[in-house]
Amino acid sequence: MGTMTDTAFKRGVAEFRRQGVPVAAMLLLVLLAWYGGTWALNAPGAIERVLPPDGAWTWQDLLAATMDMQRPVLPAPHQVALDFWSSLVDWPLDSPRNLMYHVAVTAESTLWGFVMGTILGLVLSVCIVHSRTLDRALLPWIVASQTVPVLAIAPIVLVILGSLGFSGVAPKAVIAMYLCFFPVTVAMVQGLRSPQVIETEMMHTYAASRWQALWLLRLPSALPFLFPALRVGIAAGLVGAMVAELPTGAVAGLGARLLTGSYYGNTIQIWSALVMSALLGLALTSVVALVERAMLRHRHQP
Amino acid sequence: MTISEVPTSPLAASLASARLAVKVRNASVIYQTADTPVHALERIDLDINEGEFVALIGPSGCGKTTLMRVIADLEKISGGEVLVNGVTPHEARLARAYGYVFQAPALFPWRTVLANVTLPLQIQGRSKADSKDIALEHLARVGLTGFEGKYPWQLSGGMQQRVSIARALSFEPKILMMDEPFGALDEITRDRLNEQLQQLWQRERRTVVFVTHSIAEAVYLATRIVVMSPRPGRIVKVIESPLPDERHLGLRDSPEFIAVAHAVREALADGHHD
Repeated sequence: MGTMTDTAFKRGVAEFRRQGVPVAAMLLLVLLAWYGGTWALNAPGAIERVLPPDGAWTWQDLLAATMDMQRPVLPAPHQVALDFWSSLVDWPLDSPRNLMYHVAVTAESTLWGFVMGTILGLVLSVCIVHSRTLDRALLPWIVASQTVPVLAIAPIVLVILGSLGFSGVAPKAVIAMYLCFFPVTVAMVQGLRSPQVIETEMMHTYAASRWQALWLLRLPSALPFLFPALRVGIAAGLVGAMVAELPTGAVAGLGARLLTGSYYGNTIQIWSALVMSALLGLALTSVVALVERAMLRHRHQP
Repeated sequence: MTISEVPTSPLAASLASARLAVKVRNASVIYQTADTPVHALERIDLDINEGEFVALIGPSGCGKTTLMRVIADLEKISGGEVLVNGVTPHEARLARAYGYVFQAPALFPWRTVLANVTLPLQIQGRSKADSKDIALEHLARVGLTGFEGKYPWQLSGGMQQRVSIARALSFEPKILMMDEPFGALDEITRDRLNEQLQQLWQRERRTVVFVTHSIAEAVYLATRIVVMSPRPGRIVKVIESPLPDERHLGLRDSPEFIAVAHAVREALADGHHD
């Protein structure tokens, strides 16, 4: 029993050395650079506004002042961490002061957009693969759609959908969808065309219909292409959802939190919202990656 | 009405052709390339009776695979006529008249061995329980009982090809077409699979069309060997095998076997000199 836990412990240590040490070293470097930046960027403001104007301060005073500014140019990591933590524990979940409230708002429109974008991407790719005409007619427009900046599209979509009576989640989800469907479409067109000639001919000898060939051969073949696109898509959808929150008057959501932070020069709030959106993006892509691992676990190619 | 007309009456003709699994008359396949048309097959005549094991042999480019693909409706003829079970290859394919084994096993990696074998049955809309029983039976016939839950990558190349044979036979097609099915396998595995295939044919007497470029394989397996030659693709000789239907690998050292192999080699050489 003791030896077993021993080996498990040793394996754990080895695993940590292999993966944990590089990550920890990188994190340490980033934190050092961040603190350096905090000091350098905040020093002029601290000298001008915080420290006694008569020059009666030491470098320790300056260092302390740059690390604890009210409206720093660059907040120190511990300031962001404190603000982040206090927003989570000091306020109820339904309070706009709690970051989780904004996470819920943004995640909702992201997920709706992701679902709609994925469905749109799947439908478009199936149409494109099955019709030469649609292939030539649709693909240029799909590519062109992505050259229009989402920042320009967002207000237009909000105004038009608003005039049609859609408000709240729907317009934001549509903008998230606009960014989501593209990677899914492109990857699925490639994936649906990935079966080898021999596999297609085999289905032909079984006298399989087009739908049977799609369902039994093309779609399963396309899954390894689909999941990387879904990971990209859900991250892009998050960006879309946050951008869509900006022109709505910035009521709720991580994008809104970013905007109100910048209105009031509350840089610490901006950074907490930034960290939170990064964590949300990470969480969403991880969920997709987990589903991918579960779905493709038998497709071992040695 | 004279007596001589009787055999050509439609009824008699259809009765005669009912025993024919494949009938090829004056069939040509011409590919249009940039400079000159390529005659992949030129004026092919071939009858294959039900229950025959026919091997198509010849060098690369002789059209042996093209001929089989024409019979299987994977390729169109430019001229002539092809009938499979008395109907066009297209109708025969839609009626699921044949099972086709490709050079590669082409198993779907996301399906278990069992699910790969049930694939054609699923396409035909058979019930799940039926399909499973049938598939297990066919896996047993190719000696793969106990492997139904495995995934293709867990099987050796020879086992994968046996799965693909079970899959081709799962819906009991009248004709089995095999396109160099053991070409990618090592010789020892190949010998064993040849032996199993021969026994399978002996038991079921299903019509088999078998494309190969191995003389030993063709002579060991076939009841009739069709020797083909390239440029243009044509049949140079059809050799009826004098070997008994019941065969074992030791037969390959017998004088009869060596004589047939010699005849095939001669025919291949003749085709080459033309």
